[in-house]
Amino acid sequence: MATITAGLPTSYVTSENTISSWLLTKDHKRIALLFFASITFFFFIGGIAATLIRMHLATPEGLLQPDIYNRMFTMHGIVMVWFFLIPSIPTTLGNFIIPLAIGAHDLAFPRINLASWYVFNLSGLVLLYALIMGGIDTGWTFYTPYSTLFANGYVIAATLAVFINGFSSIMTGLNFVVTIHRLRAPGMTWMRLPLFVWGIYSVSLVMLLATPVLAMTVLLVAMERFMGVGIFDPARGGDPLLFQHMFWFYSHPAVYIMILPAMGVVSELITCYVRRPIFGYTGMTYALMSIAIISFFVWGHHMFTAGISIYSAVVFSLMTFFVAVPSAIKVFNWTASLHKGSITFDAPMLYALGFVLLFTIGGLTGLIVATVALDVHLQDTYFVIAHFHYIMVGGTVSAFFGGLHYWWPKITGRLYPEMWARMAALLTFVGFNLTFFPQFILGYLGMPRRYYAYPPEWQAWNVLSSAGASILAVAYILPLGYLGWSLLRGERAAPNPWRATGLEWQTSSPPPKHNFERTPVVTAGPYLYDPEDGGFIAQNGAVNA
Amino acid sequence: MRSLQPEIQYATLSQQGETAQLGMWVFIATETLFFGALIFTYFIYRDAYPKEFAEAGKDAVLWCGSVNVGLLLTSSLTMVLAIDAAADGRRRHLKNWLLATAGLGIAFVCVKGVEWCLDLAHHDVPSINFIMKPAEAPAGELFWVFYFIATPLHALHLLIGLGLILYMLWRVRRGDLTPAYYAPLEVVGLYWSFVDTVWIFLYPCIYLVGRS
Repeated sequence: MATITAGLPTSYVTSENTISSWLLTKDHKRIALLFFASITFFFFIGGIAATLIRMHLATPEGLLQPDIYNRMFTMHGIVMVWFFLIPSIPTTLGNFIIPLAIGAHDLAFPRINLASWYVFNLSGLVLLYALIMGGIDTGWTFYTPYSTLFANGYVIAATLAVFINGFSSIMTGLNFVVTIHRLRAPGMTWMRLPLFVWGIYSVSLVMLLATPVLAMTVLLVAMERFMGVGIFDPARGGDPLLFQHMFWFYSHPAVYIMILPAMGVVSELITCYVRRPIFGYTGMTYALMSIAIISFFVWGHHMFTAGISIYSAVVFSLMTFFVAVPSAIKVFNWTASLHKGSITFDAPMLYALGFVLLFTIGGLTGLIVATVALDVHLQDTYFVIAHFHYIMVGGTVSAFFGGLHYWWPKITGRLYPEMWARMAALLTFVGFNLTFFPQFILGYLGMPRRYYAYPPEWQAWNVLSSAGASILAVAYILPLGYLGWSLLRGERAAPNPWRATGLEWQTSSPPPKHNFERTPVVTAGPYLYDPEDGGFIAQNGAVNA
Repeated sequence: MRSLQPEIQYATLSQQGETAQLGMWVFIATETLFFGALIFTYFIYRDAYPKEFAEAGKDAVLWCGSVNVGLLLTSSLTMVLAIDAAADGRRRHLKNWLLATAGLGIAFVCVKGVEWCLDLAHHDVPSINFIMKPAEAPAGELFWVFYFIATPLHALHLLIGLGLILYMLWRVRRGDLTPAYYAPLEVVGLYWSFVDTVWIFLYPCIYLVGRS
């Protein structure tokens, strides 16, 4: 997806053509494309690891050596969490769309934006080094004292990669927060911001406040291993539980780093394909912000069985139930937005509906594992694996693909082939459920995560899961083919092919180098769609244009 | 004097300047969490092992830490005076106050270097020559691990600050900090004060608690 050659003569794509004009660009749109290339690469690296895991688990005795299996699930976790899911929507769609959607000519700090991409790639190289040298077997969580005292692998390189990766997250998040505060076009008040902008704003706050704690945590792990001191070693006065507290103080909010921008994307898609204003806009913004805030007070639910006191377990359980309230508000509001709408089932809408369904299942099972008594049974089983994949893959990846299709004409100036895209969206939904629903059952039956072998009576469910994974693989590779084809052969896109209200649709497709000829003036709220005749009023007041 | 144009994404220079300052404040928020996590681990362990930490902390070189507090607080004053001079367009004063700030920063690093040598001489450097005194066992080493993560990290931030001040001196020479636009200097000033503030928090943790 990196090389895009087509487009109108004046667009950001064709304005300059040298390699250095790409590698040294300060244009947020080009940087978004650079990020697309990087995260697509890592998505497939993580996907290869996932493929090997599912191939291995198709039979009880397996395919890989136990030690190799450990290295595969570790690499799958690290790559997918830090090198795909966390940067996925913010650095690509966010980078491209946010300045356009608020009527700005670029992000506040274009050089920092470019630096973020270089730092991301640097961290990726360090991780690839760890991978090529033999990988690590700690799991993506680097739990001490195993990671510091016993693990036989490149823990320091992997933690260093995560540490460097954090700088990239922080640079991106900082840019968005400052840009959304200071560079909104005249008339673009906070309560007129599209929900995608709110999603990116809330996620940026979480990135900024959580990532530094992870940086310090992995730094301490690397120091302990490198210097041979006992920061988390109980024999030398250290406390391994302290590591878990610090790790999850970041890594629980990290789940919301993945889901908040996805929620923003889905709000854009649903309104456009239902031709209705979002139900309860104000509630949606408060829900995003309360999820972001409450996400910092629930980390202990990862540690119910780790030896924390029952009183703190109860408090963390309660806080986790609280986070379900704004999440449910969002689901109800999306559903209510469908009511009396004029719905078309284009591919982005299919992805969005898939998101709502899968996120709901992921969220409800989240309540099950947040219940202390049930979690004692389900902790570290495939139930947990299935739960968080419903959120991260069913939720975030669906929204990422939905958003990618929706903004594809804006990004590339070409329309994607609708039938192929619908097929990919449906395959994603079917393949995903077939892969992960059996894992709920396996987990409930007691199959532990991270074990490389299992008793033969669980094989049927595991075979179903592996079969689903192969469908999912097809669903993820398909877009690479037809989107690539559309770059060269796709129909040219009009400025506003979906008749959507956002400011990004009020400029040419693809946009010119500095986004707008003149800074737009905003006179209308987002989502002024009319379900009766499908008409709309764009945020700059243009009617049906 | 060069006349600066705002970058393409800004309508005016003052919007650009205010945005740069907001950016630095946000960055300082992330840095607060970064150092905060480290100081948090310190308090957890200090709470778990109060006697051992007090015993280990007696080796910390009090005069070095205290002199450094004075140096850094003074450097924040000279930095503010530099900004004041920039706002008035007094270029010679601006240059001199920046040089004074850099000088105080370098003095801090020198005192820190002397202190690290003294720590080495006292056998207080974990994983190099640490010797646990009986009264410190088993957790006294954790105090020095904290010390040798916190102080080099702080010194690294200070060195970055020194680099930024040199860059500001170069920009003063080039003549692009004018009374109409000196936001870059204010941003560096914010950063410098933050590094100063971190030391204000590290100082009691390392040198004062449990000393009496």
